[in-house]
Amino acid sequence: MSILTFERVSYSYPGAAAPALRDVSLSVDPGEFCVVAGLSGSGKSTLLRAACGLVPHFHGGSFGGTVLTAGLDTRVHSPAEIGAHAGTLLSDPETQVVMASVRAEISFALENRGLAAAAVARSVEETALALGIADLLDRSTDELSGGELQRVALAGALAAGPELVLLDEPTSQLDPVAGDELIWQLRRLNQECDTAVVLVEQRLERCLGAADRVLAMSGGEVVCDRDPGGFLEWAAEHQPALQTPGARVFADAGLRPLPSGVKQARALLRREGLLHDAQELGAGQAGPARAGSGEAGSGEAGPGEAGPGVRRAPVRRRKGPRGSGEAGPVLQMRGVWHELRDGPAILRGVDLRLDGGEAVVLMGRNGAGKSTLLRHAGGLMSPTRGRVQLHGELALLLQNPGDLFVHERVRDEASLDALRELGLEALADRHPRDISGGQRQRLALAVVLGGERAPGAIALDEPTRGMDREAKRRLATWLSARAREGALVLVATHDCEFAVEFATRAVLLARGRVIADGHVGEVLGGGRYFTTESARILGGAAGAVRVEEAAALLRARREEASGVGSLPATGRLAEIDDLAGAGR
Amino acid sequence: MSAPGRPRIAYRRRASPLHATRGTVVGAYCAAISVAALMTEHPLLLGSLLATVLCAGAAAGDGPQLLRALRRSAIPLFALSVAVNLLVSRQGLTVFARLGDWGALGQVNLTLEALVCGAVFALRLLVVGLACVLAVCAADPDQLLGSFRRLSPRVALSATLALRLVPVLAADASRLAEAQRCRPGARGRSPGARERLAVLRATVAGALERSLDVAAVLEMRGYPSPRRAARKLGARSRHDLAFAASAGAIALAALACALDGVARFHAYPLVSAPLDPAVVALALALPAIALAPFLDRAGIEP
Repeated sequence: MSILTFERVSYSYPGAAAPALRDVSLSVDPGEFCVVAGLSGSGKSTLLRAACGLVPHFHGGSFGGTVLTAGLDTRVHSPAEIGAHAGTLLSDPETQVVMASVRAEISFALENRGLAAAAVARSVEETALALGIADLLDRSTDELSGGELQRVALAGALAAGPELVLLDEPTSQLDPVAGDELIWQLRRLNQECDTAVVLVEQRLERCLGAADRVLAMSGGEVVCDRDPGGFLEWAAEHQPALQTPGARVFADAGLRPLPSGVKQARALLRREGLLHDAQELGAGQAGPARAGSGEAGSGEAGPGEAGPGVRRAPVRRRKGPRGSGEAGPVLQMRGVWHELRDGPAILRGVDLRLDGGEAVVLMGRNGAGKSTLLRHAGGLMSPTRGRVQLHGELALLLQNPGDLFVHERVRDEASLDALRELGLEALADRHPRDISGGQRQRLALAVVLGGERAPGAIALDEPTRGMDREAKRRLATWLSARAREGALVLVATHDCEFAVEFATRAVLLARGRVIADGHVGEVLGGGRYFTTESARILGGAAGAVRVEEAAALLRARREEASGVGSLPATGRLAEIDDLAGAGR
Repeated sequence: MSAPGRPRIAYRRRASPLHATRGTVVGAYCAAISVAALMTEHPLLLGSLLATVLCAGAAAGDGPQLLRALRRSAIPLFALSVAVNLLVSRQGLTVFARLGDWGALGQVNLTLEALVCGAVFALRLLVVGLACVLAVCAADPDQLLGSFRRLSPRVALSATLALRLVPVLAADASRLAEAQRCRPGARGRSPGARERLAVLRATVAGALERSLDVAAVLEMRGYPSPRRAARKLGARSRHDLAFAASAGAIALAALACALDGVARFHAYPLVSAPLDPAVVALALALPAIALAPFLDRAGIEP
């Protein structure tokens, strides 16, 4: 018997013009790991809410068809009854946690179901151990970081030992390390406890390797229901925006089958003789960017510095397109510290010089100090030591674009000129909360850019949260254009794939310190977590971090291997460099 | 963004005997101090209780929170109570200032008795208010709600929702205010009344959405389930027993004092607050009883 069944389910939110779900039929078997993919507004979250009973009990609207979760009809049984069998985790951890201490949070659902005290205590301990949060048990929930909070919320959903777990973008606020850990904890739970998992996720490259099956949604319908490999083939043909970077690399290089993860991709490349392990392991570790330096690395350090006997891919270093500094830096930080009273230091002596025309990505784990650094740049905070010098205006957009909107109409939020520049003039009479996520992001940009003078610097904090790939691509293009016009673009993000689409320089922070600063290909190409799937597949060879670069490298190798290519591999690498330059 | 490092008036588990005590006992301890303050008018005893609650807060590690509450709310309230009583009271014989005819208020004479009476009333409010702040900072809200739930599930549900929403909405308001500072022209100047109103309106508008999210989570975790929540495991700790005994002793002492009429106090027509040996003994005994449980620091890890 299936653990989750949808039979011809259609649903419309109250007052909505179009249905959010259209005639959806599917079933999930016990122990299955199912990923739900789709662009924004395709109905993924609604599908999940229907599975846990919040639709229609909580949201109202018009509902047709039948949803059976663990054999319970969601029209008859309340979300509380369904919750005994299906744990649900939504995307915002702040509203997922309801108790003051971690122990109380995990035991909350168990106590509500009337379990004996001994059973509650045992389950709390076991769940905490399974998720690696035993040391958090006696902490207050308001002291936790975003990643810790998300894991505690997951523990709360899992404590009762549900047969099914429903998760709506649980990694959207997590750094790459915490995101990968969460996915593997889910996989472990799935394998060791036979718990079925239904996971809605935008960054498919993170979870396809763990999935048994992928459901793709579009316009409220399930348009694809296949295994990961089959889904990637379908996406390549019907919805390229859903393809993972690894699959795009293979598709662009003319390789088949399309891989669902790094391990599979490397195995396929090895089989084809396109992966030179020793060479690329070295390449991946090579060329460390200048660590902790205030001045950006020039990109001169190369992979040729590895040990003897290791043949390096001939890499031609791209000259950093950062401003020449002739007109002086747009933003300069000298020994900037931010120390909390009775608390830790968030920034520890940051030295950074950023010039006009640079597109810089700021990366690091949750709590590394990225947002604090941007707040200092934007003048929202003052350093406790050190100096921040900003020449000209800086437009700063914080994490939640919706926080900027306090008016009833789009036209009242920003000037018509600013709306026109971002293609929003047609929405001038709409309510800011009634427009899509991507439009909201553009409106927020219109608000912060709408001063009398064009700002010399644009800083964005986690702008891609909840965005689908298509919206990210448009934003990356827009940011690149601003940098080409001479503005400094500074973006803090966890999304490596997005970062390499616009950035020329990467700054990696850890515990408030700059630990790497250099060309994006060097900083991200040599990483394990803070890197792209393309770079992980190729081990950072030739500094290829973007899909186009990795695909060009593979094409070059194929031609070299078959002796067909007109250009030697080094010539191809130059081509990759040109490609990279054009993309940025 | 709120100023970093500022002591928030909220529960935070600390290494102190009071925080190692279950929430219901902490509530009873603070209630006993409040009851004692409400049952006596003698300024010496009220002063003793004020010192007791401040020392208890400091011993529990919540001193900065109590001082913040004192500075931001209690002292202004104290001053207001004294000023109102001074202007309104027509009793008392020792006039120290004649302010003349104040129209509707008539002839206003300020008397020492009205000043003392207002100060005593304000002192009671101060002790009760600070005892409540101590309870908020030291009593585990989860344990208190759990106890409440066994008595009244609906009240507990509303209380849980409200308690959870307070920090969530405070964070929302802080974020909204910070975002407004990113608007062109808003940098480097403090927000005006209009901007503040806009932020308040947006926070209130977002409150419904937030409360729906929290309510959905409560629903999915089975909070409205008709099943009775299980009692928690665990014997009473040494700190539970010590603070419960202390609370009982404070309440008994205050009750005995009130019934016996030892700590007599009259503000009008002339101030009378005799310093009997019994009153002095009680003024010394109350802090000793209340603070004795803090001496045992075994098993207080946060």
